[in-house]
Amino acid sequence: MTDVLVCVKRVPDFSGEVLLTEDAQSADARFVGYTMSNHDQCAVELGVQVAAATDGQVTVLSIGTADSVEQLRSALGVGATAAVLVEADPVALGPADVAHEIAQVVSERDYGLVLLGNDAADSGDFQVGIRLGHELSRPVVTGVQTLSVDGDTVSARADGPDGREKYSVPLPAVVTVMEGGVEPRYPTITGRMKAKKVEVENRSLSREPVGSGRVKLTLPPPTPTNAEVLGEGPETAKVVVDLLQKLGVTR
Amino acid sequence: MILVYVETSAEGIQEVSLETVTFARTLSEAGNGVPIDAVVVGPAPNDLSTELASYGVRNVHHASGDDFDLFSGAATASAVIAARQVAGSVVVMAGGTNRGNEVVARVATRLDVPMAANVVSFHGLSPFVVTRQVVGGAALEEMRLGKRPAVFSVAGHAVEPVPAETPGAGSIVPLAVDLAPEDLLGRVTSVEGADTDDADSLKSARVVVGAGRGAGGPDGFGDVIELAELLGGTLGVSRVVTSLGWRPHHEQVGQTGSRISPEVYIPCGISGAIQHWAGCASSKVILAINTDAEAPMMTKATYAVVGDMHEVVPAINEEIRRRRG
Ligand SMILES: Cc1cc2nc3c(=O)[nH]c(=O)nc-3n(C[C@H](O)[C@H](O)[C@H](O)COP(=O)(O)OP(=O)(O)OC[C@H]3O[C@@H](n4cnc5c(N)ncnc54)[C@H](O)[C@@H]3O)c2cc1C
Ligand SMILES: Nc1ncnc2c1ncn2[C@@H]1O[C@H](COP(=O)(O)O)[C@@H](O)[C@H]1O
Repeated sequence: MTDVLVCVKRVPDFSGEVLLTEDAQSADARFVGYTMSNHDQCAVELGVQVAAATDGQVTVLSIGTADSVEQLRSALGVGATAAVLVEADPVALGPADVAHEIAQVVSERDYGLVLLGNDAADSGDFQVGIRLGHELSRPVVTGVQTLSVDGDTVSARADGPDGREKYSVPLPAVVTVMEGGVEPRYPTITGRMKAKKVEVENRSLSREPVGSGRVKLTLPPPTPTNAEVLGEGPETAKVVVDLLQKLGVTR
Repeated sequence: MILVYVETSAEGIQEVSLETVTFARTLSEAGNGVPIDAVVVGPAPNDLSTELASYGVRNVHHASGDDFDLFSGAATASAVIAARQVAGSVVVMAGGTNRGNEVVARVATRLDVPMAANVVSFHGLSPFVVTRQVVGGAALEEMRLGKRPAVFSVAGHAVEPVPAETPGAGSIVPLAVDLAPEDLLGRVTSVEGADTDDADSLKSARVVVGAGRGAGGPDGFGDVIELAELLGGTLGVSRVVTSLGWRPHHEQVGQTGSRISPEVYIPCGISGAIQHWAGCASSKVILAINTDAEAPMMTKATYAVVGDMHEVVPAINEEIRRRRG
């Protein structure tokens, strides 16, 4: 039986345009809404798979505003059975703070496996999992796409620079997940109903945060626009093929 | 001293590591010529010394032996920390690959200092302030690294790799590392090369035909695949397409997919979000096809065709076949 803790972060939905708040401290999500990073979604999926295969349970944890309950509920909807919210102002936290808060929760309970995303879609710090492993004195494997647990060992696969890498690590362990290995499942109606009934455990920060060192956010200058419009609709085919011939990619 | 973790593979030194050494030289100049050392962990290519020397590296600390034949993040971090002690470095950096980010994150954690991922520039040495990419490059963060050593990774393509005017010695210095048993717990047990071929063919393709959400569904890729075949090219897709499970992840182009640099890239129904752009910006020519003339991909492309990909692409295929007779 492996009990799994999955850490998920509430982030703005960046599929549209990125805007900044007036104080330049965070992305402005007023017009785009919030979501969970792709990597975190895959971590939830892997957690649910491991728990199902080993008769364990999945707890999800988020550190952030009270609204992060939305992301916790969506994880509950796909198979997590418990949720913890550490309420805090996300702007005040750095990766070391987040790792420290997660470590508090882990050290009070018996989670053999802790899953996180490899990097958060907004801050992209690439380090919470590593700092967590260090704090808990547990081995950490990063960038994992698929994994399974057999007894006291977690076997994982990651996409490395020379090909597919396999890892085999003793539990308890920390694993960070990268999208591309599994398809996150959609919640079923019963899943959603169950999710609504779960009581989210509320906690507050265990210590004064050290912060992230952020001075401010800016937007990069727009790429110059200089496209030559070849035309509209299927009639452009001739011009396009002329161009492809000129470029030497078709006869 | 500035210490750069240099990644090598069977083919040689990774491009991003040479970019990182180039970045390190601007840092060195700002710091009145502090020397740059490299640390290499595991099997190394033969011309390691010559190439790093030409980039201005003084010493190459090399950790080798059975324990380093296969990657372990913790063991690699121990080697970097050992090299730092030998050389007394005030800056530790790596290329912004997944591996580079992992290694510097481990080094920073063990030394109890902050770590900045994907840095593109620095301003001032004390306080040490960097600008780095966040949101996959769609925004930039100015960040203060308040403790020494300053530990960070350099975003891919942030600088051009340029050899130094005055080469360094590039002397290989064998590095002794005292590994703890825990350093080898999370270690790669085997590597299989075969399955990455698909992504490799995307990275080296002369022509890539791209398809995004505009494809409309898993069955919407027939025409773009045909166009790719007619041009002897490969299909590349956006993250929306892989997230929705329409196409496999190894076909994804962008920040979290492959970086491509074909002669011609033909993105169809792709809006051109910055994270996608990050993977295709080095294409020589971009010919975008999109119903929305104002989509970022359409304005940033070299050429644009306004129209429905399900009408335009079949017409192009037809025209190519007609001319070939
Ligand atoms: C940390 C992070 C990393 C990311 N990494 C990547 C990455 O590696 N790769 C990547 O691609 N994205 C990545 N993204 C996602 C990225 O932000 C965009 O969400 C994504 O690229 C959008 O995909 P799209 O262009 O297919 O879809 P959309 O943005 O929805 O655009 C669809 C486009 O198709 C056009 N269209 C619709 N119908 C048609 C039609 N019939 N014919 C022609 N045109 C049509 C529309 O006008 C629109 O321009 C990342 C995001 C984050 C936050
Ligand atoms: N505020 C948070 N709450 C819960 N998990 C988080 C939080 N911040 C980061 N994480 C986890 O840590 C991963 C890596 O984040 P980062 O190191 O900040 O890029 C994310 O994908 C999440 O799984």
